[in-house]
Amino acid sequence: MTGPRTGAVARGGFGGFVARARAAGTLVVQPRMGMADPARMREGLRAVRDARAVTVGTLTLDSYTRTGDLAAARRALADGTGLNGYPIATHSTATTRAVLGGVADGGFPVQVRHGSPAPEHIVRALLAAGLDATEGGPVSYCLPYSRTPLREAVEAWRKSCELLASAEEFGASPHLETFGGCLMGQLCPPGLLVAMSVLEALFFRQRGLRGISLSYAQQADPRQDEEALTALGRLAAEHLPDVDHHLVLYAYMGVFPATPGGARLLLEDAARLAVRAGAARLIVKTTAEAHRIPTVAENVRALETAAAAAAGEHARLAGSVRGGVRGEPVLAGSGRGGGYGGSLGTAGGAPADGRSGGLVRAGGLPAGALRVEDTGIEAEARALIGAVLDLDADIGRALVRAFAAGYLDVPYCLHPDNAGRTRTSLTPDGRLLWSDTGSLPIAAPRGPRPPILGSAGLLAALSHVRRSYDARAAAGPPTRTPLAPGRPVPLPSRTTSTPRRELGPTTP
Amino acid sequence: MEQHGETGTTGPGAVVTTGLDVVVTTVASDSHTWNLVFLQLLLEELGHRVTNLGACVPDALLVAECARLAPGLIVVSSVNGHGFPDGLRVAAALRARPELARTPLVIGGKLGIEGTGADARRRALLAAGFDGVFEEGGSPGAFPAFLRALAPGGRPPLDGAPVPVVSGARR
Repeated sequence: MTGPRTGAVARGGFGGFVARARAAGTLVVQPRMGMADPARMREGLRAVRDARAVTVGTLTLDSYTRTGDLAAARRALADGTGLNGYPIATHSTATTRAVLGGVADGGFPVQVRHGSPAPEHIVRALLAAGLDATEGGPVSYCLPYSRTPLREAVEAWRKSCELLASAEEFGASPHLETFGGCLMGQLCPPGLLVAMSVLEALFFRQRGLRGISLSYAQQADPRQDEEALTALGRLAAEHLPDVDHHLVLYAYMGVFPATPGGARLLLEDAARLAVRAGAARLIVKTTAEAHRIPTVAENVRALETAAAAAAGEHARLAGSVRGGVRGEPVLAGSGRGGGYGGSLGTAGGAPADGRSGGLVRAGGLPAGALRVEDTGIEAEARALIGAVLDLDADIGRALVRAFAAGYLDVPYCLHPDNAGRTRTSLTPDGRLLWSDTGSLPIAAPRGPRPPILGSAGLLAALSHVRRSYDARAAAGPPTRTPLAPGRPVPLPSRTTSTPRRELGPTTP
Repeated sequence: MEQHGETGTTGPGAVVTTGLDVVVTTVASDSHTWNLVFLQLLLEELGHRVTNLGACVPDALLVAECARLAPGLIVVSSVNGHGFPDGLRVAAALRARPELARTPLVIGGKLGIEGTGADARRRALLAAGFDGVFEEGGSPGAFPAFLRALAPGGRPPLDGAPVPVVSGARR
């Protein structure tokens, strides 16, 4: 990795690829994609690799593999009933190696996405197939989607992390991404998402991982999301100084716009947000999201749409940094990070925030480049992280104790180990607020307490993003020309001049 | 709103004497919960008391909890597309217990992978022991009307509120 970050080791693999793209000023885009049939899976990976964007590949696993019901996965394969993902622990290692052979390499790393509260069998299978990147977390893949006791998930994730980290001895570059920045997908205030992402990253680090990405899921207000990602970047730099890390943004994970136009606008906003707020990687959603599992072609289109929007935002920000364009977001102007690349000048300048070591922001923009209004997200995340870390030196045990005490309490999560005393609401312009902080160690909401949502209010809040983006699409874009679906997306030369091979590893 | 073995509180100002004790649940394969959260809020607003069993409820746990709680209504909600086969299995398991043989039992959500076949699914689910089937795209007032018929003293639904399908994030 280039750039002035202290302590972080130069790495290959998944993290190294993203770091090189970041240094070149390019957002890495990634789909969710998994098919049971090896030939179709391979074709899907090839299509993602060949998309006009800097991409990494994904093997999304099926739900039987996720829940550890491998007998059911075997039966489904045998009788051809179909699976909603790639059954990596059921197909033979040779089959998975054949899927990946000649497709996945240092220039096209592939990550396994699953959703399992107990992923040892998945980690074993992906390592056997020559992969070393996956995602999840002891809290984020336990509480929202399972009824596995948190204590058991923590223990399973401890073993899984140690297994994954041990692959480093054999020349791999293990990489693990938190899912903690998503949790239930919507209606969770950013302070808790940021804290969960950092805490899961610290859990990974304590279990031996040295390549980590920290997730955050796009919510309903871009300014709140910018503030959250900025806080996440700062906390990650503070807490993981000796770990190669980057931020990954998930395009909206809640109820998606029903119209192709609305879905595309939301994805483009996610890509711009990633660039502005310092995420190095974006996981896309497609125009089919509201209706069904997307096709490969829809995924490729989403990757290209996102890459074009990201490149446009990079160019716009570069312009406003250089020229101070009227009406553009205010940028700090000085303190360009060493990683940004050609158009902004190189040379690792003084870090914008004055910290030693130069905290170059994940998207290539200098730390603190964005002047984001501070509404208290970072302070809230710090309070949550601090309270949890104070409970036990072992972060796994601290997490279990924190949920038992209600110091961590995911709103609307029905898991038996979640206290279930917190509630949230959404302002008319999309800002997430606490309406009840339960036993969280944070200040109660300032001013009049937002109302506790009833059933109608909950539905309205859950569909806020869908409604507003579908309405925007119907009204037509104010400035940008809409891209016809299926039409090739023009990529700025800046992106195409960063061919994939330049992002590949310099050593095998 | 509370969950897991605790009887939920009633909606503000509700007249509780005529409300039902309701178990809200999903099936073993379904990890979605926003639908369950919504149903709990709706039922509480209508004056009922809810025990919400949460995500991925194994058949044995569902049967044991229902036998323990002796609810006045069991609401199964599923949106992952496997609700039809899982629902058939769950109905058989519940109806096999003598104390649950006549407990009102309904299912709703997105029950099939294909958008078609709702009529056939409905007939099969009713034959398996469900007293009501409320699929996505069906009549919006049907579930509230069913509740009114079941508990005439319950509060009327807000604007004849429909029962929408609420699903969640794909990882």
